[in-house]
Amino acid sequence: MKTGTLKQILLITDGCSNQGEDPVAVAALAKEQGITVNVIGILDETQSEEAVGLQEVEGIAMSGGGISQLVYKEALPQTVQMVTKQAMTQTLQGFVNTELQQILGPTQTMEDLAPEQRGEIMEVVEDLGETCDLEVLVLIDMSASMTNKLPMVKEALFDLSISLNARIGRNRFSMYTFPGKRKEINKIFNWSPKLDKISQVFPKLTSGGITPTGPALREAIYQFSKKSLFRSFQKDDHAEEA
Amino acid sequence: MIMPKKHNRFWQPGLSIQGKWHHRSYTIKRELGSGAIGSVYLCSVNGKDVALKISDNTSSMMMEVNVLKSLSKVQGHSLGPSLLDVDDWIAPDGNAYSFYAMEYIHGEKLPIFIKKNGSVWLGVFMLQLLDDLEHLHQAGWVFGDLKTENLLVELQPPRIRWVDVGGTTKIGRAIKEYTEFYDRGFWNLGTRRAEPSYDLFAFVMIFISIYHPRKFDKGKYPKATILKKIDDIKALTLYRHCLKKAILGKYQTSAEMKQDVRTILYNERRKDKRVNSESSMLPFIVELISIGLVSGGFYISSLFIPF
Repeated sequence: MKTGTLKQILLITDGCSNQGEDPVAVAALAKEQGITVNVIGILDETQSEEAVGLQEVEGIAMSGGGISQLVYKEALPQTVQMVTKQAMTQTLQGFVNTELQQILGPTQTMEDLAPEQRGEIMEVVEDLGETCDLEVLVLIDMSASMTNKLPMVKEALFDLSISLNARIGRNRFSMYTFPGKRKEINKIFNWSPKLDKISQVFPKLTSGGITPTGPALREAIYQFSKKSLFRSFQKDDHAEEA
Repeated sequence: MIMPKKHNRFWQPGLSIQGKWHHRSYTIKRELGSGAIGSVYLCSVNGKDVALKISDNTSSMMMEVNVLKSLSKVQGHSLGPSLLDVDDWIAPDGNAYSFYAMEYIHGEKLPIFIKKNGSVWLGVFMLQLLDDLEHLHQAGWVFGDLKTENLLVELQPPRIRWVDVGGTTKIGRAIKEYTEFYDRGFWNLGTRRAEPSYDLFAFVMIFISIYHPRKFDKGKYPKATILKKIDDIKALTLYRHCLKKAILGKYQTSAEMKQDVRTILYNERRKDKRVNSESSMLPFIVELISIGLVSGGFYISSLFIPF
């Protein structure tokens, strides 16, 4: 069986958006186009889970069909890989559920099955998660307050690539930061199977208080669609060679 | 730390949980522990104690059940707790939870046992663990999240047991669950692909963590940090060489490592015997001399006794 490619945007931020369109609405748009949006909200030592501004984090992930998690910066590496993997399982399970409903009728979901059958289905989901290809666009909030968190972000992304590259399926990563100088987002790292060059390219901070999360997300979605267009050409080329 | 998702507070002792499919009913006695996926409770069912894991994360729970089921197929060897029941529970608030019941393993935490009974037990547990790992690996699995918290020492006779096998992964795949301190990827000493050597790395970290309960940072040179820690722990001196080999990924199988540990223990026992036979001569000689002295003293004093 040929498995497809899962597309994810991983948004790493520490505050609420304050410019441009509503990121929750843009995330819904991403989901429409088959892109899952996961959000990691980084807490300051003094902040608690109920911190103002970080509530948006859950909203974006929910409407983007993804997973959100608030963490202190020390827990970033473990969290980033966990969120990415859980979101993959969730997406795949969504596919499987849709298929099931086509077979069993619209009211049947996995929860309606006896544990034995559910177990067998989860085995399929797990196999898919291990073998499918994955594309992750990492989108990092570079507003001034992120300064002391960036070393941990760097480590977390490096760690993510260790985790994902242990899978059988292929991975591709790209990295963007926002706000960009003249554009919404800045390309830091083009699509590549590994993130280990990350330390060389990790960008300098842009100061200034603006956090245009919505426009940045929209631009990220655009990068995905641009890429798939380009890729479909590439695929055709390969097909001809073969 | 990761902020935990809001937990439901109705998990109180005395609560009765009845399965939706198999209708067995479990009464909660107390909490045994909780992790990333769900909590484990000590429960009684028909007067017997079982450990019950319950969570709202149905899919992760099913994956764990799948692992427990396949481990039970590894014949003639009890790897991990045995699985007793899998079911759903509909809570009073209408939410559905998945749970499974497993054998309740009663024992002591490894560091506590070693503290009480001494480091002579290190070698024994190493061999037991390596033996279990060998069986697991031969069945095509890697433990993954091997750590001190996932082990218990059953008493009489002391036997090390695995209590949580949730991270168990098919060989060749990406490790499903791990804990940074025990993960070779975190220490820049290898991949996160499920291989026997992945478990052997975590195995060494278990024995280091007994003497560093609060763990330690990896520092600028992670490899050097670990090797230094091994050197610094006196109780591990004997095993230093093979622990380092495992950290550096030089064992392909647990059988190789087990052989090395066994050789060390065998040589040690012989050395013990030799030392014993030499030292056992010493009191004998001392005794001979002192008997001689005492009898000599009596003889001399007897010369002075007037008749």
